Amino acid sequence: MTHTSIRPHTLRIEPTRGWVALRLGEVVAYRELLYFLVWRDLKVRYKQTILGVAWAVLQPLLTMLVFALFFGRLARVPSDGVPYPLFAYTALVPWTFFATGLTLASNSLVGSANLITKVYFPRLTIPLATVLAGLVDFALAFPVLFGLMWWHGVTPTAQVVWLPVFIALAFATALGVGLWLSALNVEFRDVRHVVPFLTQLWMFATPIAYPSSLLPERWRTLYALNPMVGVVEGFRWALLGTETRPGPMILVSGVAALALLIGGAFFFRRMERTFADVV
Amino acid sequence: MSSDVAFPAAHPHASMPHEAPRVIRVSHLGKQYQLGARARYRTLREALVESVVGVARSIGRGGTRRAPERFWALDDVSFDVAQGDVVGIIGRNGSGKSTLLKILSRIVEPTRGTVDLEGRVGSLLEVGTGFHPDLTGRENVFLSGAILGMRRTEIEKKFDEIVEFAEVDRFIDTQVKHYSSGMYMRLAFSVAAHLEPDILVVDEVLAVGDAAFQKKCLGKMGTVARHGRTVLFVSHNMGAVVSLCSRALLLDAGRLVLESDPITVAARYQATLTAAPTVTSDLSGAEHYGSGKARFVSLRFVPERRDGTTREMMCPGSRLRVETRIVCSAPVDSANVGITIYDASGYRLVDANTAMQGRFVSLNPGDEARVDFALDDLRLKPGTYLVGLWMGRGNVEDIDGILYAATLEVEPDPQQLQHSEQFPGSYLCAFKHSVVISTPAADVARPGVHEEPGQRSAAGASR
Repeated sequence: MTHTSIRPHTLRIEPTRGWVALRLGEVVAYRELLYFLVWRDLKVRYKQTILGVAWAVLQPLLTMLVFALFFGRLARVPSDGVPYPLFAYTALVPWTFFATGLTLASNSLVGSANLITKVYFPRLTIPLATVLAGLVDFALAFPVLFGLMWWHGVTPTAQVVWLPVFIALAFATALGVGLWLSALNVEFRDVRHVVPFLTQLWMFATPIAYPSSLLPERWRTLYALNPMVGVVEGFRWALLGTETRPGPMILVSGVAALALLIGGAFFFRRMERTFADVV
Repeated sequence: MSSDVAFPAAHPHASMPHEAPRVIRVSHLGKQYQLGARARYRTLREALVESVVGVARSIGRGGTRRAPERFWALDDVSFDVAQGDVVGIIGRNGSGKSTLLKILSRIVEPTRGTVDLEGRVGSLLEVGTGFHPDLTGRENVFLSGAILGMRRTEIEKKFDEIVEFAEVDRFIDTQVKHYSSGMYMRLAFSVAAHLEPDILVVDEVLAVGDAAFQKKCLGKMGTVARHGRTVLFVSHNMGAVVSLCSRALLLDAGRLVLESDPITVAARYQATLTAAPTVTSDLSGAEHYGSGKARFVSLRFVPERRDGTTREMMCPGSRLRVETRIVCSAPVDSANVGITIYDASGYRLVDANTAMQGRFVSLNPGDEARVDFALDDLRLKPGTYLVGLWMGRGNVEDIDGILYAATLEVEPDPQQLQHSEQFPGSYLCAFKHSVVISTPAADVARPGVHEEPGQRSAAGASR
């Protein structure tokens, strides 16, 4: 028998109670697993589909067409001086990322029950990987967005450099809500019935089909507690140069998103200890 | 190396005549489950209804609300493992083996006690963890490797070796859903076998594949052990435990009963197997509900062969006789007596009662009665089940009921251990079936047709 003299650090397993540390360092240590989980999601998502990744583009595009017809043409909803199709599509791109990320993330833990009950790794990687994989679809929707802008003769201004900030905000929101819902879904399967309903309501509470300038000024800050308000208005401002400059609204959205994310992460860690027992 | 320790080890660190450093120290480890808690993903509505009903009941009967039933899946277990030790963990289904491995693998948290681990832990609780049917063999090697904790460079380095060991090189770029079950298992095991942690935790994976592959796996395990790695493994295969392990632990009902050399432990285990199934459960301490005009006093399981002779353990396909004894204290008129078999998460699987046979029981105070049920051809997969008893009249009254009167252990049939392939996932029921295959030649790239007994409720006669 060979006896290695290296004594690695001792790992202690013991019962934990209440709120616990996030241990994000461990998630970083498992980054290769994160990479493989994202890669698996991407590989598998469009297997055995005829249109494949085209779905990533078709979903927001078809929604935009419906909106343009009913809200833009028939209801004549104002669009901050931007052609309505472009107005709606600019909002639908981050919205689709958010809604898909949220839906998939909320089901991610239950869908990975076989992993959770058989092998250890930081559970945070599961919803994180799901939302990260959504970024690829998100990126695929951009060329169409730029095509639409070109078609309508809209050139982005220097404000476009702020776009990554709004992408990060959308990501934080999707992950934040995803963490809450995925952890809740382990215990209460009601979540899967709530999610479609929630995304639908949330969509109406977000200025996608209409501009937030429809709301009276004094309500807008409250309205911006929905972080997706900040994301959508930010996208329009950065890409189309609409009036909604980053101001209190976007600040409020940013704070709300961060609160969702941090709260979600701690809640997730708190629930995590019973995942394998309950899932 | 062997050390006979009485149970439960009072001095966990006292019995190690070994110079190598201790890399696993388990002390007073306990894990409590709530009965039915594994099925706790109830809906909010159920949660609400339960609490309302519970309150109503306690008001209506003026009695106390029944506390959730808890049990210790693992109870005050302490032991040490030295570096390079290969430790077998033996016990009947439900004895806490898997719970122990899950705690050591950090999958579930203990309720009590601590474990100190030194070094990287790799756990292998299932063959094919993380395999995705839509991905190719090659892709799955990387995915599964990453999930089991291997680095990408490590997988790349060992890739050829893994494929060669699994004997699937021709199909490595085929989606694994087109693999035969044997190929699938071989590839999955091969990835796992090339994991090189300091401490390896293995659950029953040796029971996969055909005999030849099993032999190869045993060989691989032996090599791992000789390289000074610490291995903990759970198995029903006494041959493997005896040939591979330097020590063995015997668990029973969550407690560490014996810690000794593998031969001693294996012998003791065989003895418990033959003794246990016909043990009578005394129900005087059980939690009863109902009017109490008559009460169940004992319950006994007797496994039988088809011809009615008693056999030593309950296996899928056995005949199960459930004998109940009832004592009456107030007149009972045409009561129905029934048994229910639940799975570990509380789902009702089998229901048998006298009314189904058109029979009812009438008793006078002081009477002692026996009601026996015979379930022919027990189609329950190996595992732990719970048995509940009930006596009453339709929706009119509960005379006596015990939600969980006893646990029923179904053991894998020793004669079929070699051949039955364990398929990943689970199913709720299966039927006796036959298969007709007509192809010009054996087609290897198709999932194999399998005949595996599943579950079917079978109500027997009553007296």
